[in-house]
Amino acid sequence: MIPTWAQIGYLVAAVCFIVALKALSSPRSARTGNLIGAAGAVLAVIITFAAYKPNHLAPILIALVIGTVGGVVGSRRVQMTQMPQLVALFNGVGGGAAALVALLELGEVSSDATVAAIASAFTILVGAISFSGSVVTFTKLQELMTTRPVTFPGLPVLFIASILGGVALSVWLVSDPRVWVGVLLCLVGLAIGVMLVLPVGGADVPIVISLLNAFTGLTVAASGYVLGNTLLLVAGTLVGAAGTLLTKLMADAMGRSVFNILFGAVRGGSTLG
Amino acid sequence: MSESIALLTIFVLAAFVGVEVISKVSSTLHTPLMSGANAIHGVILVGAIIVTGATDSTIVMIVGLLAVVLATVNMVGGFVVTDRMLEMFKGPGARKKELHK
Repeated sequence: MIPTWAQIGYLVAAVCFIVALKALSSPRSARTGNLIGAAGAVLAVIITFAAYKPNHLAPILIALVIGTVGGVVGSRRVQMTQMPQLVALFNGVGGGAAALVALLELGEVSSDATVAAIASAFTILVGAISFSGSVVTFTKLQELMTTRPVTFPGLPVLFIASILGGVALSVWLVSDPRVWVGVLLCLVGLAIGVMLVLPVGGADVPIVISLLNAFTGLTVAASGYVLGNTLLLVAGTLVGAAGTLLTKLMADAMGRSVFNILFGAVRGGSTLG
Repeated sequence: MSESIALLTIFVLAAFVGVEVISKVSSTLHTPLMSGANAIHGVILVGAIIVTGATDSTIVMIVGLLAVVLATVNMVGGFVVTDRMLEMFKGPGARKKELHK
């Protein structure tokens, strides 16, 4: 379906992302690494236009321009101290985009492609968690709400019930891929994301952003599986794996465990360590 | 079926690569690395373009365009904000050059 030259171009873009992550791990090469990553992303978008020849070209280009202006203006205007919440917000919109793409894919998935349906359900649920969780981290860091852990009686029960509900809806979606079940799953995901981040204290929020970042990476990988797009699969998996390790490294650097950060307040312990 | 196995193989290998490439990150770079990885998953833009470009339904197109905007914000904003963070990590050589400008 996709021409060979485009597949090779995607491979080059994927290598750019790997080199970018490698270079970002060392102070000397970090800035170059970021530019290599950006170059890979631009290459990927150009190849996509050339290989898939999408309809509705004009509206898509207009949407691209709007997004570019929004991204550049947002990241140029922000002060240095506000960068973590901006990263959270960017991560959130990425997760939201992945969830929307998965919802739209539902119509295309044929009934025999069980694995693809599982991947779609996963993307919708986790993408929605990443979106709402990131929005809550943003409001915490921006001090639009209290930075202290927020819990209420019954939160653990509600949380576990929502997760079970999310799993049940996912199973339903896999056996019967209907868009409205997907929308319902999306809403449950949004609720889980809020409940996941509310009990986390302000100082621990960057670690949660990193975790949600890894979540979004995995949703992108699942989307790549459904669309049969190797670039999305590789890029998403890279971010998912690197993000998971990075979350652990960040927690270790603060002398905290990821489990304690997420569930410390719910269990009644202190989240300040 | 062989195509799904190929995709599964790519997934597993990419997971190992992802863990391996950042395993030696210095702790000062945790936040820029997170931000850079965040920008990379903005490549979901590719998926948003594919889905939007393949549809005939207006509602799918509108939701797809929304996904394109969100993904672009993620990708472009992510790389720009990472670049700004890394400005602070410039080596002494680069800083001197700027003074001479």
